[in-house]
Amino acid sequence: MNSNYETAELEQLLSLNAPLENVEARWQRKARQNNSNTNNNNGNNGGDRFIPNKMNIDIGHFNLTKENSNPNPNAINNNSSTSTSTTATSSTTNNIESTLYKDTLANQLFESNSGDLESKILSFKSKAPVGNVSSSTNSLRVLYSQNQVGSTPTDQSLKKQFRQIPQQPERILDAPDIVDDYYLNLLDWSSQNVIAIPLGQTVYLWNATTSEIQRLFQVEQQDDYITSLQWTKDGNYLAVGTNSCTIQLWDVAHTKKVRELRGHAGRVGALAWNDYILSSGSSDTNIFNHDVRVQNHHVSTLSGHSQEVCGLKWSHDGGQLASGGNDNIINIWDINSENFETPAHTFEQHTAAVRALAWCPFQPNLLATGGGAADRTIRFWNTITGVCLNTVDTMSQVCSIQWSTTYRELVSSHGYSQNQLCVWKYPSMVKCAELTGHTSRALHTAISPDGETVVSASADETLRFWRVFEKENKLPTANRKSKEVSDGSMMRNINSLIR
Amino acid sequence: MQAAVASKTNISLKGSTEIVTEFFSYSINTILFQRGLYPPESFTRVAKYGLPILVTNDQSLKDYLDNVLKQLSEWLLSGDVQKLVLVITDIVTKEVLERWVFDVTTDIPKEGEAPRQKPEKEIMNEIQAIIRQITASVTFLPLLPNACTFDLLVYTSKDLAVPQKWEESDPKFITNSQQVKLRSFTTTIHKVESMVAYKISND
Repeated sequence: MNSNYETAELEQLLSLNAPLENVEARWQRKARQNNSNTNNNNGNNGGDRFIPNKMNIDIGHFNLTKENSNPNPNAINNNSSTSTSTTATSSTTNNIESTLYKDTLANQLFESNSGDLESKILSFKSKAPVGNVSSSTNSLRVLYSQNQVGSTPTDQSLKKQFRQIPQQPERILDAPDIVDDYYLNLLDWSSQNVIAIPLGQTVYLWNATTSEIQRLFQVEQQDDYITSLQWTKDGNYLAVGTNSCTIQLWDVAHTKKVRELRGHAGRVGALAWNDYILSSGSSDTNIFNHDVRVQNHHVSTLSGHSQEVCGLKWSHDGGQLASGGNDNIINIWDINSENFETPAHTFEQHTAAVRALAWCPFQPNLLATGGGAADRTIRFWNTITGVCLNTVDTMSQVCSIQWSTTYRELVSSHGYSQNQLCVWKYPSMVKCAELTGHTSRALHTAISPDGETVVSASADETLRFWRVFEKENKLPTANRKSKEVSDGSMMRNINSLIR
Repeated sequence: MQAAVASKTNISLKGSTEIVTEFFSYSINTILFQRGLYPPESFTRVAKYGLPILVTNDQSLKDYLDNVLKQLSEWLLSGDVQKLVLVITDIVTKEVLERWVFDVTTDIPKEGEAPRQKPEKEIMNEIQAIIRQITASVTFLPLLPNACTFDLLVYTSKDLAVPQKWEESDPKFITNSQQVKLRSFTTTIHKVESMVAYKISND
């Protein structure tokens, strides 16, 4: 073989008929150049162009300048079989140089990871068993998440399970001189969306639709005050009980007293309507039933309590009357039983006065009751069988209970120490929200006719409106409306364009 | 090879390996207990390094740790271990939440070299300080929000043959992490530096 590669190639090229043995085809050369990134001697290796790889532009630049400094024509093709011993040595030095360069480059580029490059990271193939710790049983959670008021994990878990309940009241009204007495019932919301509340001696009406305030009347005597009030079902008439043992019936539309019912020997702390029958509970321990249509209004007396009656509620079908008293007793009176004037059931499980009574709107004969400061429980009763279905300790005085008409939930208002409203799921009795804000016990609650808002009256002389049971299907309709509006505006634009 | 820790002050390679392996065993158990990766009732209290340390009772977990530590002690003996990393990952999202790193530097004594001297008590005190720091770290580490699992990674020399039951892994780094350096201890042959890195919560 000729030692001079170039002459040999030239000769072979000149003898055109002879097969080209040592010359690579163009595609072979290209393929080789692509494969051998390490031997980037392709600068003047017959290639027509040098196209630097952008990723290795530094290396490419280095290789270019290196070849300029060492223009050894023998080193151009170290793959060729025609290489002599001298070219072989020079190409090995080239290789060493390039690997050295690459190493330093790599070290500089990946300085931070240089340690990792020198080590293998191994892990055992069969992994550790998974501990069956549910996050709720993690004892550390109790330690480190207890005092976080708005801690994200608990918030998230609430959001997952329950719908969003606004934590802030929607509206706050002043209620000066409201009587702070656990045994009175001073708040009611009519089906015509009017809230009645007595402040001291005067009954005020607040229209929730128009926000108008109307002063209905003031009791005449100096030492008299209002102890209870209750709207009729249609919201036209208001029954008002007073400390002077009378019950007044008011026609609200005409601001006129229709009737005055007498008979009690003590203040009238609880009232309940059942169509034309008005039941009144008094501190004389009796419950009177009045037929307001007839002259002799007093139709029956229910004597089942030994102390003041402070809670009175007719069931939704009007078949049963529940009464709670300061003697810690709940009596169920059944209008359909043979002897109406003896209680069908007497529940004595509460250990404090029972004021909070609420009939379930979606399950007949289900009554929720709440006990006072010494009892703190909410109990559920089947009023047909007389069985206590469930008991929950609320850790606070239960002032009132309202069932939701939309959801299977109920809201209870409480006294010391949080003065909060609690929203409970029924029947699981999981607390889905706690609404704080009152600075004194939240004595009375009432629910709006649409069932979405609960109003609470507190001894801190405020009324607070909470949107507790907001209906979920409201939002889509609102969206639809806005869409229609936008469609309309689009139409208008098109019309203007046409014109 | 010298006799295993015959005297209390002479440190041999074998003895040092035993001390380090034992330290890894107890510190891993402590981390697993303190971070609540396994139910607390599956741990029992043992006295070690002058401290009460909670060690797992769970047989499958014990087997796993024994297997890893056995292999680890072999590599410690040959000086191949560079790091032991305990990685805590969320079971569901597979996100790496914590990395407990134990850097190991090995200085194997040469033949004929005078035996190294260090009182065992001193080493135990250094280890005790690390275990205490691990226990105390729950006060600053973010609460692990969901059920988590862990994995042990061993950084070894590049030329080490991978045993059949082992596999190569990625380093499982944490994105957006905070690092806290803990104490270190040395047996004069093995030096162990500990560090914990945890994910910074976004809120």
